[in-house]
Amino acid sequence: MRRYFLIAIPYVWLLALFLVPFAIVLKISLSDAAIARPPYFPQFDWAEGIRAFIAELDFENFVFLTEDDLYWKAYLSSLKIALISTFFTLLAGYPIAYGMARAPAEWRPTLMMLVILPFWTSFLIRVYAWMGILSNEGFLNQFLMWTGIISEPLTILNTNSAVYIGIVYTYLPFMILPIYSALERLDGSLIEAAEDLGCSRLSAFWLVTIPLSKNGIIAGSFLVFIPVLGEFVIPSLLGGSNTLMIGKVLWEEFFSNRDWPVASAVAVVLLLLLVIPIVLFQRNQQKQQEAEQ
Amino acid sequence: MIHFQNVTKRYGEFTAIDNLTIDIYEREFYALLGPSGCGKTTLMRMLAGFETPTEGTIHLAGQDIAPVPPNKRAVNMMFQSYALFPHLSVWENIAFGLKREKMPKHDIDDRVDEMLRLTRLEKFARRKPHQISGGQRQRVALARSLAKHPKLLLLDEPLGALDKKLRQETQFELMDIQEKTGTTFVIVTHDQEEAMTVASRVAVMDHGKIIQVATPDRIYETPNSVYVADFIGDVNLIEGTAKPNGSDVYAMSWHEGHEPLAVQSPNGFSDGQKCHLAIRPEKVSISADKPEAADNAVQGRILDIAYLGNISTYHVELPTGAVIKAQAANTRRIARRAFTWEDTVWLSWTATAGVLLAD
Repeated sequence: MRRYFLIAIPYVWLLALFLVPFAIVLKISLSDAAIARPPYFPQFDWAEGIRAFIAELDFENFVFLTEDDLYWKAYLSSLKIALISTFFTLLAGYPIAYGMARAPAEWRPTLMMLVILPFWTSFLIRVYAWMGILSNEGFLNQFLMWTGIISEPLTILNTNSAVYIGIVYTYLPFMILPIYSALERLDGSLIEAAEDLGCSRLSAFWLVTIPLSKNGIIAGSFLVFIPVLGEFVIPSLLGGSNTLMIGKVLWEEFFSNRDWPVASAVAVVLLLLLVIPIVLFQRNQQKQQEAEQ
Repeated sequence: MIHFQNVTKRYGEFTAIDNLTIDIYEREFYALLGPSGCGKTTLMRMLAGFETPTEGTIHLAGQDIAPVPPNKRAVNMMFQSYALFPHLSVWENIAFGLKREKMPKHDIDDRVDEMLRLTRLEKFARRKPHQISGGQRQRVALARSLAKHPKLLLLDEPLGALDKKLRQETQFELMDIQEKTGTTFVIVTHDQEEAMTVASRVAVMDHGKIIQVATPDRIYETPNSVYVADFIGDVNLIEGTAKPNGSDVYAMSWHEGHEPLAVQSPNGFSDGQKCHLAIRPEKVSISADKPEAADNAVQGRILDIAYLGNISTYHVELPTGAVIKAQAANTRRIARRAFTWEDTVWLSWTATAGVLLAD
């Protein structure tokens, strides 16, 4: 009985804070925009009853999403940015995780601390700091001009490159930590065995280290990919007008256009899109746990 | 086949291997035996190529192997932890080394099947390492390290993780496989019984030095030092001074008021030199009356009896206070045993039963 009670608490929590808001958003997405407060129709009316209320709902907004190419382009562009930045985060994160796992044991807690340290500062402040670094008069351009590599300042801020830099920087720890935990458990004698059986250092890495850290790579990639897909702050602060991401579109629909029903429809589709990688991620975690038993 | 010449290995201040020169012959089953930290594993890792000697050279089949990286050596190692690749099946584990040689697929199939047959693992080829038992994993590790026809196979405490019964069975399997394949085996172990069972020659190590290299029977019967005598099996050590009494025969005086002990020993001693008589408990007979023909006989009192089933070990206290262990086979039922605690008995042994060792 007590066990059920303990399980019930998080489930009630999730129900109240996820399922109920989701139901409200879903309902709005099925409504029509109206110049009113709140800006959609119909409102639930006790007098008319549930039947009449449901009759007013339709999928008009979802149909609209398929008609205007802005939306699917934004979804595709988000997907592209999420995939590319996940790849770069992996490229940057794997060597760091590898170096940490190979470092002397007494150094590891310090290195781990350094990876987590940025979380001590607000995410927004760190993104603003990048604006200071990447702008035309920013530190990066000043430094490059000082060294003489470039004579004209590079335009980085308000381009997709700035978005990639911001995303890779922000999500790096989410990539490093799962890979590190996979690599740290790797038995060093496996690498020696591979070398003993005729592998060079590099092929031992490809044939043993990479396959055995596969679960960490998958977990880290999902941890980066899933939130980046719906990322809003980084593209809106670092990206330019041609940076198209669904999070930004969503924000504009809600607050600039005040078209809540369409914005809700965008949000519902985004959520449905995210369900796929989330389910895959869960499956990976489960498989990993089973393998460990 | 293998020749270590004045090999020294230091880790900072610590000397793991100290100016060591040994030879290992072809088709030999060579055991490195010693307590943990004696340098035996370092020696093996130098053969595999994971460590390089600080000084000295190692020759394998006449070639200096110092510049050869581990993946280019005709040496394979069976790791203490087995180091099986958890993401590969048993079959793929055994094929791993062969695939690196770019061997044709057909030959790989044949060789892996041959190894599976040799180690009786045919049924488990498709399983992953975590789906088989410890004994099977040990055989996979052996099959994997033998698959490439190494000139030399290194075994690092190969049976450490197995329970006693399985270990004894596997020891005989190892000897069988070594005979069948004709590969030179070097085994590292701290278990003297294991070394004695499997090896054709045993090297006893301590503090980075080889103390004695000999066949198991010679190591046991004629140890060259108190350390070896004490490390291998059970031994009684009696301290005294030697007095030559004919060729290779000594009269060892060990306690005032007692007759000197007659010992025949090949190690040369000068008159009055301090020495130890090492004698194995099973070579000491125990009897109620003083035996007539014995070369040496001393009287004592039974202090303790350790009953081991097939044999009993009697701890007998001599009037000098020294305790001598004597073993006797339990040919009768325990209820009809001739001696019990506090009995006064005679211990006797022949002049050739023990060896005389210098300090």
